[in-house]
Amino acid sequence: MSHLRARGLRKSYGDLEVVAGIDLELKPGECFGLLGPNGAGKTTTLRLCLGLIEPDGGAIDLFSLPVPARAREARQRIGVVPQHDNIDPDFTVEENLLVYGRYFDLKESEIRARIPSLLEFAGLNGRARSRIHTLSGGMKRRLTLARALVNDPDLIFLDEPTTGLDPQARHLIWERLGRLLRQGKTIFLTTHFMDEAERLCRRLAIMDRGRIIVEGAPRELIRAHIEPQVVEVYGDGAERWATEFGRARSERCEHTGETVFCYTHDAGLLVQNLESREDLRYLHRHANLEDVFLKLTGRELRD
Amino acid sequence: MTAKHLALPAFSLRHLHVWRRNALVWRKLAIPSMLGNLADPLLYMLGLGYGLGAMLSDVGGMPYVAFLASGIVCSSTMMSASFEAMYSGFSRMHVQKTWDAIINAPVTLDDVLLGEAVWAASKSVLSGMAVLLVAAALGLTQSALALWVIPVVFMTGLAFASMGLIMTAVSPSYDFFMYYFTLAITPMMLLCGVFFPLERLPGAVQAVAQVLPLTHAVALARPLMQGSVPADAALHLAVLVAYAAVSFYLALLLTRRRLLK
Repeated sequence: MSHLRARGLRKSYGDLEVVAGIDLELKPGECFGLLGPNGAGKTTTLRLCLGLIEPDGGAIDLFSLPVPARAREARQRIGVVPQHDNIDPDFTVEENLLVYGRYFDLKESEIRARIPSLLEFAGLNGRARSRIHTLSGGMKRRLTLARALVNDPDLIFLDEPTTGLDPQARHLIWERLGRLLRQGKTIFLTTHFMDEAERLCRRLAIMDRGRIIVEGAPRELIRAHIEPQVVEVYGDGAERWATEFGRARSERCEHTGETVFCYTHDAGLLVQNLESREDLRYLHRHANLEDVFLKLTGRELRD
Repeated sequence: MTAKHLALPAFSLRHLHVWRRNALVWRKLAIPSMLGNLADPLLYMLGLGYGLGAMLSDVGGMPYVAFLASGIVCSSTMMSASFEAMYSGFSRMHVQKTWDAIINAPVTLDDVLLGEAVWAASKSVLSGMAVLLVAAALGLTQSALALWVIPVVFMTGLAFASMGLIMTAVSPSYDFFMYYFTLAITPMMLLCGVFFPLERLPGAVQAVAQVLPLTHAVALARPLMQGSVPADAALHLAVLVAYAAVSFYLALLLTRRRLLK
């Protein structure tokens, strides 16, 4: 039995088809990542799954309840971490959790009993009575996560949970999400950070212009869609080097700004040649999810 | 606008969670909030009532200050409900995204809006009651019938809260509310019998005033505070209920269009 299942989901705004026929399925206990550039339709997909907007086509089930018809009941078992923090600035940390718990029809005593462990989870011990404006960005994010757990949900939706956080704060969030997965929670994550997706998700889908272009385990996707080795070459002469030497000796070569990316199964010759070039800097590495992402969604900016 | 946006409201007791959320915020600022609510109407009532009233003989068969007190109970309710539904409502909807957070939980937007309307009406009852208490203390009420002003004030608050929520639903910013105050609230303040009897106005203006909600609130509150049962009470009440119901429905579908897209 799956927690979430969507078939042929569609949503248009005017002439723009923001979600153009996608299928999704989330099994209990898995972490599924929806990746895509800005404007790919990730947030719209999440809002459709939560039953906040009416799809133009397709069917959604959350915990076997039809969405949006019975979405409200289904949300009883769901926690949501939205893209932009919307914790209540008029309340303390503790009051935020208390008031949010009421929206789930939880008893006051029940919520109060949960607050200490939620604060511990969020690394906000001793902050129960702090006002929101005294919290750092990372703390606010963690409070939003704790708030999403107030109803002990089975499924947690996270919309770009670490956007705008510093590395320390991001790692702490990742560690906590790992803990939730070990407790058996199911996670539906959207992100445009490839390392985040690679680290957390057992399965992911890359979405662009409303469609899912590929889906699978991170390693599989890398294996299936990209050459295993990458040589990045930087500097003024990089482009000429590529024309004269690199392009012919790699399977694929891409060029953006002052950087050349050479994709290959065997980087031996490239590295040997670059060793002798004092004027060029280079990096030899394994292909990663970001390479797959850029190959499939292109390098041009999305605003 | 989709068919779903036009659906009739579906309410549940969960709207009380929203009401309680707002009440908890209010509790922290209760004293300054009450003083602010009281200062303005009291200045009108005492300044105009005794100052201007000293130069007038009876107005509408009662001392001017008593006449004015019943009008101010209603206008103060109108102001309080409108401010809460617009400025505070807009903060929660647009600036703080509080409503977005709530509808991610198992609470529908219908209940959020009902909670907001009932909350704004409740808060306006406090404003109306504060003026009523002062009026009673000054001996400007005549009998226990004045207690019936409480439900009248609540219904008035609900009508103005719902009208304010329409503005909130379509507003791009706080500045927008000035139009509503200039074009709707101020004219009602002046034309609906708060400061002087409606009959003093030219016929055409009277006709306009007859369809405005504040006129009907005053028509109920004034006799009640004077110790008599209002004429056509059912009609006046029906107008207030209609304003509340129609405005609430409009506010709801505009808010659905704004947030559920």
